Amino acid sequence: MALDKAAVRTIAFLARIKVPEEDLEHLAGEMSNILGWVEQLGEVDTSGVEPMTSGAETTLPQREDSVTDGDARDQVLANAPQPEDGFYAVPKVLE
Amino acid sequence: MAYLIAGETGDWEVVIGLEVHAQIVSRAKLFSGAATGFGAEPNTQVSLVDAAMPGMLPVINGYCVEQAVRTGLGLKAQVNLHSVFERKNYFYADLPQGYQISQYQQPLVGEGWVVLDLADGSSREVGIERLHMEQDAGKSLHDRDPGRTFIDLNRSGIALMEIVSRPDLRSPEEAGLYLRKLRAIMRYLGTCDGNMEQGSMRCDVNVSVRKAGETDLRTRTETKNVNSVRFVMQAIAHEAERQVAVYESGGTVEQETRLFDPDRGETRAMRAKEFAHDYRYFPDPDLLPLELTEDYVESIRAALPELPDEKKRRFMAGFGLSPYDAGVLVAERETADFYEAVARGRDAKTAANWVISNLFGALNRKGLSIAESPVSAENLGRLLDLIAADTISGRIAKEVFEVMVETGGDAGSIVEEKGLRQITDTAEIEAAVDKVIAENPDQVAKFRGGNEKIAGWFVGQVMKATGGKANPKLVGELLKEKLRN
Repeated sequence: MALDKAAVRTIAFLARIKVPEEDLEHLAGEMSNILGWVEQLGEVDTSGVEPMTSGAETTLPQREDSVTDGDARDQVLANAPQPEDGFYAVPKVLE
Repeated sequence: MAYLIAGETGDWEVVIGLEVHAQIVSRAKLFSGAATGFGAEPNTQVSLVDAAMPGMLPVINGYCVEQAVRTGLGLKAQVNLHSVFERKNYFYADLPQGYQISQYQQPLVGEGWVVLDLADGSSREVGIERLHMEQDAGKSLHDRDPGRTFIDLNRSGIALMEIVSRPDLRSPEEAGLYLRKLRAIMRYLGTCDGNMEQGSMRCDVNVSVRKAGETDLRTRTETKNVNSVRFVMQAIAHEAERQVAVYESGGTVEQETRLFDPDRGETRAMRAKEFAHDYRYFPDPDLLPLELTEDYVESIRAALPELPDEKKRRFMAGFGLSPYDAGVLVAERETADFYEAVARGRDAKTAANWVISNLFGALNRKGLSIAESPVSAENLGRLLDLIAADTISGRIAKEVFEVMVETGGDAGSIVEEKGLRQITDTAEIEAAVDKVIAENPDQVAKFRGGNEKIAGWFVGQVMKATGGKANPKLVGELLKEKLRN
């Protein structure tokens, strides 16, 4: 599967990564190579094999329903550039 | 009665499907140990998992899974023993991970149904397409600062159930009934408190219209986050009218996301919709598939409480109540429990009348919920016992009830204190009857002249003379006897 410039532009937008127009061509080639490499897996015969998302032979571990965490506002906001009144403050996002 | 919009080119039918987001009642969040309570100080119920700090891993809260399974069973739905959590990717300031952990291709719960009790007494099933689990996002506050948005992550990571209906609803009223029924079921189950004002239950509304008689669906729009039953009904009515107007003026309805403006009662298109839906779902590598066993599901099913539909049927069959009365009483579990406590060992219909007409009337007047009722079920029951034992008449009982509403007092004590005990002593009533007859010779003449209707007036006079305390049946009998002679 080959990606063109337009597809790379869309992917960059969806990932909120600013990519200069002149880099798109090069990235399209690089990403197409990566996809081609992964697509080699298609050569393996998987007929009759259930799709899986993990090779781990364990089940999903579960937690009790009890409050064991939180109440750490200073820690949570420690890296926020401009916290105010206990909130994160970000440039206005309004729909 | 079908809900149709009359257009210039003919009648239009409305097709509605609802996506309800219901917060699961639990102490801790879906994937972290932070608390879930509403109204806490901003960012005080946030773990580093909820804030999406690097290296944090989600661990699922088993009780939230149980709650979602319980809800699925309450919707008569199939529970999938194998389900998968996926990442739904999008950017928003109140979504620190940059994705929401949700379920997509393999949800926890499949098809089920909800029964609507329609105004004409009939009922109808509305299909449920699926129920899946996901995380809630944080909350954005846009009105605290002119140039900035404030973010509170307390809600971030709270467990949600997204419940998707089939496009089976055909009017704003049906949509309202569906939401109320869904809320009642979840409140009975204790899986969601259904509080739309606090946002623990929110609704996205999918609407399309089509010419009456068409069988294919036309393009639908989705109106997001409508936060009351009334607003949902308004949004549907407005959106349907808008779409009809678009078609009739030769245009086409675009598939788009819209917002409801409660101040204007209308929907409007959201901006920036060109990239609106590209969520790039993929299975979350941090979470293994959720595997449940048949035994686990059955143990939850075995412990389900009696749900509104079953309770309604039992009230009708066991207590002889009308569909309407039974429906009113089962709408809230607390009300049904209250009613049952009053009705136990007493006349069930009388109990229903008192709870529905008198108690609900008083609670409405005072703006109180059933849990806050100044009259306990026990006390109301004792009042009914006094009527049944002829200690007081129905009319006096209403007086006593008003005192109970004000003071929360016991029926028996109020009757004794105020001397309201019914007069059943024949001699005492006879004296009053004799006096009324003696003082009103003209009326007596009329009665004896054939105007028997005037008997009612005499009863009224005797009751007045006895302060309403005379046993009305005895008064009637004595009057009849004495007026005839």
